[in-house]
Amino acid sequence: MQEALTAQTISMTVAAGDEIEAYLARPQGSGPFGSVVVIHHMPGYDSSTKEITRKFAAHGYAALMPNLYHRDAPGASPDDAAATARAKGGVPDERLVADVGAAAAYLRALDGSNGKVGVIGYCSGGRQSFLAACSLQLDAAVDCYGAAIVNPPPAASPLKVTPIVGLAKDLSCPLLGLFGVEDKMPSPDETAALAKVLDGLSKPHEFHTFEDAGHSFFAVDRPAYRVAAANEGWEKIWDFYGRYLAG
Amino acid sequence: MCTYLTEKIEITGSGKGAAGWFQLSDASVYFDHPVHAMAEHTVNIDFLNPGKGPSARVAVELTAASARELARAIEATLASVPPSLQD
Repeated sequence: MQEALTAQTISMTVAAGDEIEAYLARPQGSGPFGSVVVIHHMPGYDSSTKEITRKFAAHGYAALMPNLYHRDAPGASPDDAAATARAKGGVPDERLVADVGAAAAYLRALDGSNGKVGVIGYCSGGRQSFLAACSLQLDAAVDCYGAAIVNPPPAASPLKVTPIVGLAKDLSCPLLGLFGVEDKMPSPDETAALAKVLDGLSKPHEFHTFEDAGHSFFAVDRPAYRVAAANEGWEKIWDFYGRYLAG
Repeated sequence: MCTYLTEKIEITGSGKGAAGWFQLSDASVYFDHPVHAMAEHTVNIDFLNPGKGPSARVAVELTAASARELARAIEATLASVPPSLQD
Protein backbone atom coordinates (compact mmCIF):
# COMPACT_ATOMS: atom_id res chain seq x y z
CA MET A 1 0.00 0.00 0.00
CA GLN A 2 1.65 3.21 -1.16
CA GLU A 3 -0.77 5.59 0.64
CA ALA A 4 -0.02 8.53 -1.68
CA LEU A 5 -3.20 10.40 -2.57
CA THR A 6 -4.73 13.63 -3.76
CA ALA A 7 -7.83 15.22 -2.27
CA GLN A 8 -9.97 18.16 -3.33
CA THR A 9 -13.42 19.70 -3.23
CA ILE A 10 -15.34 19.32 -6.48
CA SER A 11 -18.70 20.37 -7.88
CA MET A 12 -20.74 17.33 -8.81
CA THR A 13 -23.63 17.41 -11.27
CA VAL A 14 -26.66 15.48 -10.00
CA ALA A 15 -29.05 16.59 -12.73
CA ALA A 16 -29.22 19.37 -15.28
CA GLY A 17 -28.75 22.61 -13.38
CA ASP A 18 -28.38 20.80 -10.06
CA GLU A 19 -24.83 20.78 -8.74
CA ILE A 20 -23.65 20.03 -5.24
CA GLU A 21 -20.35 20.19 -3.44
CA ALA A 22 -18.46 16.94 -2.85
CA TYR A 23 -15.10 15.88 -1.46
CA LEU A 24 -12.95 13.63 -3.65
CA ALA A 25 -9.90 11.67 -2.52
CA ARG A 26 -8.12 9.33 -4.91
CA PRO A 27 -4.97 7.27 -4.84
CA GLN A 28 -2.06 8.41 -6.95
CA GLY A 29 -1.16 6.17 -9.85
CA SER A 30 -2.97 4.88 -12.89
CA GLY A 31 -5.09 2.19 -11.24
CA PRO A 32 -7.07 0.10 -11.72
CA PHE A 33 -8.85 0.96 -8.49
CA GLY A 34 -12.25 0.39 -6.99
CA SER A 35 -14.33 3.25 -5.64
CA VAL A 36 -16.41 4.14 -2.60
CA VAL A 37 -19.20 6.66 -2.09
CA VAL A 38 -18.91 7.92 1.49
CA ILE A 39 -22.18 9.03 3.11
CA HIS A 40 -21.56 11.41 6.01
CA HIS A 41 -23.26 11.17 9.40
CA MET A 42 -26.03 13.45 10.68
CA PRO A 43 -23.54 16.10 11.88
CA GLY A 44 -22.80 16.63 8.23
CA TYR A 45 -20.05 17.12 5.71
CA ASP A 46 -17.42 17.62 8.35
CA SER A 47 -13.66 17.35 8.68
CA SER A 48 -13.79 13.97 10.40
CA THR A 49 -15.74 12.42 7.49
CA LYS A 50 -13.34 14.05 5.03
CA GLU A 51 -10.60 12.27 6.97
CA ILE A 52 -12.47 8.99 6.49
CA THR A 53 -12.73 9.76 2.77
CA ARG A 54 -8.96 10.27 2.58
CA LYS A 55 -8.45 7.01 4.48
CA PHE A 56 -10.13 5.10 1.66
CA ALA A 57 -7.80 6.75 -0.87
CA ALA A 58 -4.80 5.85 1.28
CA HIS A 59 -5.98 2.25 1.07
CA GLY A 60 -6.21 2.35 -2.72
CA TYR A 61 -9.84 3.33 -3.37
CA ALA A 62 -11.15 6.48 -5.05
CA ALA A 63 -13.63 7.95 -2.60
CA LEU A 64 -16.25 10.66 -3.01
CA MET A 65 -18.38 12.21 -0.28
CA PRO A 66 -21.30 14.34 -1.50
CA ASN A 67 -22.39 17.19 0.77
CA LEU A 68 -25.95 15.98 1.34
CA TYR A 69 -26.85 19.31 3.00
CA HIS A 70 -25.46 21.53 0.25
CA ARG A 71 -28.89 22.49 -1.08
CA ASP A 72 -30.21 23.22 2.43
CA ALA A 73 -27.36 25.52 3.41
CA PRO A 74 -24.91 26.32 0.60
CA GLY A 75 -21.66 27.70 1.96
CA ALA A 76 -22.62 27.28 5.62
CA SER A 77 -20.33 25.55 8.10
CA PRO A 78 -21.08 21.82 8.51
CA ASP A 79 -22.70 22.17 11.94
CA ASP A 80 -24.95 25.05 10.87
CA ALA A 81 -25.91 23.14 7.73
CA ALA A 82 -26.68 20.05 9.81
CA ALA A 83 -28.93 22.05 12.13
CA THR A 84 -30.80 23.44 9.14
CA ALA A 85 -31.19 20.02 7.51
CA ARG A 86 -32.29 18.54 10.82
CA ALA A 87 -34.98 21.20 11.23
CA LYS A 88 -36.25 20.34 7.74
CA GLY A 89 -36.64 16.69 8.70
CA GLY A 90 -33.41 15.34 7.23
CA VAL A 91 -32.48 14.43 3.67
CA PRO A 92 -35.43 13.12 1.58
CA ASP A 93 -34.80 9.54 0.49
CA GLU A 94 -35.25 10.24 -3.22
CA ARG A 95 -32.71 13.08 -3.06
CA LEU A 96 -30.23 10.80 -1.28
CA VAL A 97 -30.56 8.16 -3.98
CA ALA A 98 -30.02 10.77 -6.69
CA ASP A 99 -26.92 12.16 -4.98
CA VAL A 100 -25.35 8.74 -4.36
CA GLY A 101 -26.21 7.67 -7.90
CA ALA A 102 -24.48 10.76 -9.30
CA ALA A 103 -21.47 10.16 -7.07
CA ALA A 104 -21.22 6.54 -8.23
CA ALA A 105 -21.38 7.63 -11.89
CA TYR A 106 -18.68 10.24 -11.27
CA LEU A 107 -16.42 7.60 -9.73
CA ARG A 108 -16.98 5.07 -12.52
CA ALA A 109 -15.98 7.73 -15.06
CA LEU A 110 -12.62 8.48 -13.40
CA ASP A 111 -9.46 7.45 -15.22
CA GLY A 112 -8.23 4.21 -13.69
CA SER A 113 -11.60 3.12 -12.31
CA ASN A 114 -12.20 -0.62 -12.45
CA GLY A 115 -15.91 0.08 -12.72
CA LYS A 116 -16.76 -1.23 -9.25
CA VAL A 117 -18.37 1.12 -6.74
CA GLY A 118 -19.26 0.51 -3.14
CA VAL A 119 -21.00 2.67 -0.58
CA ILE A 120 -20.49 3.24 3.14
CA GLY A 121 -22.44 5.37 5.57
CA TYR A 122 -22.30 6.24 9.23
CA CYS A 123 -25.17 6.98 11.65
CA SER A 124 -28.06 8.28 9.49
CA GLY A 125 -25.73 7.43 6.60
CA GLY A 126 -25.92 3.76 7.59
CA ARG A 127 -29.60 3.70 6.75
CA GLN A 128 -28.86 5.70 3.62
CA SER A 129 -26.16 3.22 2.56
CA PHE A 130 -28.75 0.43 2.74
CA LEU A 131 -31.25 2.63 0.90
CA ALA A 132 -28.74 3.34 -1.88
CA ALA A 133 -27.81 -0.33 -2.20
CA CYS A 134 -31.49 -1.23 -2.57
CA SER A 135 -32.12 1.54 -5.10
CA LEU A 136 -28.99 1.56 -7.26
CA GLN A 137 -26.76 -1.04 -8.91
CA LEU A 138 -23.70 -1.14 -6.62
CA ASP A 139 -21.00 -3.70 -5.84
CA ALA A 140 -20.71 -3.62 -2.03
CA ALA A 141 -22.42 -1.71 0.78
CA VAL A 142 -21.43 -1.02 4.38
CA ASP A 143 -23.93 0.08 7.02
CA CYS A 144 -22.28 1.52 10.13
CA TYR A 145 -24.90 1.67 12.89
CA GLY A 146 -27.76 2.91 10.75
CA ALA A 147 -31.14 3.05 12.49
CA ALA A 148 -34.70 3.34 11.15
CA ILE A 149 -34.21 0.54 8.65
CA VAL A 150 -36.52 -1.85 10.51
CA ASN A 151 -37.97 0.30 13.31
CA PRO A 152 -39.30 3.84 12.89
CA PRO A 153 -37.47 6.70 14.65
CA PRO A 154 -38.93 7.93 17.96
CA ALA A 155 -42.23 9.74 17.56
CA ALA A 156 -40.66 12.93 18.90
CA SER A 157 -37.88 12.90 16.32
CA PRO A 158 -37.93 15.67 13.72
CA LEU A 159 -36.59 13.26 11.12
CA LYS A 160 -39.16 12.41 8.47
CA VAL A 161 -37.72 8.99 7.74
CA THR A 162 -39.60 5.74 7.62
CA PRO A 163 -38.47 2.11 7.85
CA ILE A 164 -37.12 0.75 4.56
CA VAL A 165 -36.72 -2.94 5.34
CA GLY A 166 -39.33 -3.56 2.66
CA LEU A 167 -36.73 -2.62 0.05
CA ALA A 168 -34.47 -5.51 1.06
CA LYS A 169 -35.67 -7.66 -1.83
CA ASP A 170 -33.99 -5.13 -4.15
CA LEU A 171 -30.61 -5.15 -2.40
CA SER A 172 -28.17 -5.14 -5.33
CA CYS A 173 -24.93 -6.16 -3.59
CA PRO A 174 -23.41 -7.80 -0.49
CA LEU A 175 -24.00 -5.85 2.73
CA LEU A 176 -21.57 -5.50 5.64
CA GLY A 177 -23.19 -4.31 8.88
CA LEU A 178 -21.05 -2.95 11.74
CA PHE A 179 -22.86 -2.30 15.00
CA GLY A 180 -22.28 -1.77 18.73
CA VAL A 181 -23.92 -4.01 21.29
CA GLU A 182 -24.69 -0.98 23.48
CA ASP A 183 -26.41 0.98 20.71
CA LYS A 184 -30.11 1.69 21.16
CA MET A 185 -30.68 2.99 17.62
CA PRO A 186 -30.16 0.54 16.05
CA SER A 187 -30.46 -1.93 18.90
CA PRO A 188 -29.08 -5.46 18.51
CA ASP A 189 -32.71 -6.62 18.23
CA GLU A 190 -33.26 -4.34 15.24
CA THR A 191 -30.10 -5.45 13.43
CA ALA A 192 -30.98 -9.10 14.16
CA ALA A 193 -34.39 -8.51 12.62
CA LEU A 194 -32.74 -7.08 9.50
CA ALA A 195 -30.38 -10.07 9.29
CA LYS A 196 -33.38 -12.40 9.50
CA VAL A 197 -35.08 -10.63 6.61
CA LEU A 198 -31.90 -10.81 4.51
CA ASP A 199 -31.50 -14.50 5.38
CA GLY A 200 -35.04 -15.13 4.19
CA LEU A 201 -34.30 -13.41 0.89
CA SER A 202 -30.90 -15.16 0.50
CA LYS A 203 -29.22 -11.74 0.25
CA PRO A 204 -25.49 -11.98 1.07
CA HIS A 205 -24.63 -10.09 4.24
CA GLU A 206 -22.19 -10.10 7.15
CA PHE A 207 -23.18 -8.43 10.39
CA HIS A 208 -20.77 -7.83 13.27
CA THR A 209 -21.90 -6.45 16.62
CA PHE A 210 -18.96 -5.34 18.74
CA GLU A 211 -18.73 -5.62 22.52
CA ASP A 212 -18.03 -2.49 24.58
CA ALA A 213 -19.25 -0.27 21.75
CA GLY A 214 -22.33 1.83 21.10
CA HIS A 215 -23.41 4.32 18.49
CA SER A 216 -20.65 6.19 16.60
CA PHE A 217 -17.81 3.97 17.79
CA PHE A 218 -15.79 4.86 14.66
CA ALA A 219 -15.86 8.60 15.50
CA VAL A 220 -12.32 9.37 16.66
CA ASP A 221 -13.22 12.90 17.82
CA ARG A 222 -16.12 11.90 20.06
CA PRO A 223 -16.44 10.23 23.45
CA ALA A 224 -18.27 7.36 21.74
CA TYR A 225 -15.01 6.29 20.05
CA ARG A 226 -14.03 2.72 20.93
CA VAL A 227 -10.60 1.89 19.67
CA ALA A 228 -10.94 -1.91 19.70
CA ALA A 229 -14.26 -1.94 17.87
CA ALA A 230 -13.11 0.71 15.39
CA ASN A 231 -9.86 -1.09 14.59
CA GLU A 232 -11.64 -4.39 14.10
CA GLY A 233 -14.35 -2.65 12.11
CA TRP A 234 -11.81 -1.15 9.73
CA GLU A 235 -10.26 -4.60 9.24
CA LYS A 236 -13.70 -5.94 8.33
CA ILE A 237 -14.15 -3.10 5.82
CA TRP A 238 -10.77 -3.68 4.14
CA ASP A 239 -11.48 -7.40 3.89
CA PHE A 240 -15.00 -6.84 2.54
CA TYR A 241 -14.07 -4.19 -0.03
CA GLY A 242 -10.97 -6.20 -0.92
CA ARG A 243 -13.22 -9.04 -2.01
CA TYR A 244 -15.87 -7.03 -3.83
CA LEU A 245 -14.27 -3.79 -5.06
CA ALA A 246 -10.53 -4.14 -5.41
CA GLY A 247 -8.55 -4.97 -8.54
CA MET B 1 -28.81 8.09 14.89
CA CYS B 2 -30.43 9.18 18.11
CA THR B 3 -32.28 12.44 17.82
CA TYR B 4 -35.22 13.80 19.77
CA LEU B 5 -36.93 17.12 19.27
CA THR B 6 -38.07 18.66 22.51
CA GLU B 7 -39.24 22.13 21.69
CA LYS B 8 -39.32 24.77 18.96
CA ILE B 9 -40.27 28.24 20.12
CA GLU B 10 -40.49 31.77 18.81
CA ILE B 11 -38.35 34.23 20.74
CA THR B 12 -37.51 37.92 20.76
CA GLY B 13 -34.00 39.11 21.52
CA SER B 14 -30.52 39.13 20.08
CA GLY B 15 -27.60 36.76 19.87
CA LYS B 16 -23.96 37.09 18.94
CA GLY B 17 -22.75 34.68 16.28
CA ALA B 18 -19.65 34.29 14.16
CA ALA B 19 -20.50 37.44 12.18
CA GLY B 20 -21.55 39.58 15.17
CA TRP B 21 -24.87 40.44 16.73
CA PHE B 22 -28.16 39.64 15.04
CA GLN B 23 -31.84 39.57 15.95
CA LEU B 24 -33.24 36.23 17.07
CA SER B 25 -36.62 34.92 16.01
CA ASP B 26 -36.58 31.21 16.92
CA ALA B 27 -35.02 28.70 19.27
CA SER B 28 -34.77 24.92 19.11
CA VAL B 29 -34.10 22.76 22.14
CA TYR B 30 -33.29 19.12 21.51
CA PHE B 31 -31.46 16.11 22.90
CA ASP B 32 -28.91 14.63 20.55
CA HIS B 33 -25.28 13.79 19.97
CA PRO B 34 -23.21 16.96 20.34
CA VAL B 35 -20.87 18.32 17.71
CA HIS B 36 -18.25 19.49 20.18
CA ALA B 37 -19.13 18.75 23.82
CA MET B 38 -17.38 15.76 25.39
CA ALA B 39 -20.53 13.79 26.12
CA GLU B 40 -22.43 11.15 24.18
CA HIS B 41 -25.67 13.12 24.37
CA THR B 42 -26.39 16.71 25.31
CA VAL B 43 -29.22 19.19 25.46
CA ASN B 44 -28.58 21.33 22.41
CA ILE B 45 -30.02 24.82 22.15
CA ASP B 46 -29.95 26.71 18.88
CA PHE B 47 -30.82 30.42 18.90
CA LEU B 48 -31.77 31.22 15.32
CA ASN B 49 -32.91 33.67 12.73
CA PRO B 50 -33.82 31.46 9.75
CA GLY B 51 -34.57 34.56 7.68
CA LYS B 52 -30.87 35.42 7.78
CA GLY B 53 -29.74 31.94 6.68
CA PRO B 54 -28.22 28.84 8.32
CA SER B 55 -25.23 30.73 9.72
CA ALA B 56 -27.45 33.03 11.83
CA ARG B 57 -27.20 30.59 14.69
CA VAL B 58 -25.86 30.63 18.23
CA ALA B 59 -25.47 27.08 19.45
CA VAL B 60 -24.79 25.60 22.88
CA GLU B 61 -24.45 21.98 23.92
CA LEU B 62 -25.02 21.28 27.61
CA THR B 63 -24.99 18.14 29.68
CA ALA B 64 -28.42 17.30 31.05
CA ALA B 65 -27.38 18.42 34.55
CA SER B 66 -26.02 21.71 33.19
CA ALA B 67 -29.19 22.35 31.23
CA ARG B 68 -31.33 21.80 34.32
CA GLU B 69 -29.10 24.16 36.30
CA LEU B 70 -29.39 26.77 33.56
CA ALA B 71 -33.18 26.47 33.53
CA ARG B 72 -33.21 26.83 37.34
CA ALA B 73 -30.93 29.89 37.15
CA ILE B 74 -33.13 31.55 34.54
CA GLU B 75 -36.25 30.95 36.62
CA ALA B 76 -34.52 32.18 39.78
CA THR B 77 -33.32 35.32 38.05
CA LEU B 78 -36.77 36.13 36.68
CA ALA B 79 -38.38 35.42 40.05
CA SER B 80 -36.16 38.07 41.64
CA VAL B 81 -37.17 40.78 39.19
CA PRO B 82 -40.37 42.83 39.68
CA PRO B 83 -42.97 41.79 37.11
CA SER B 84 -43.27 45.41 36.02
CA LEU B 85 -39.75 45.23 34.59
CA GLN B 86 -40.42 42.09 32.56
CA ASP B 87 -42.72 43.53 29.93
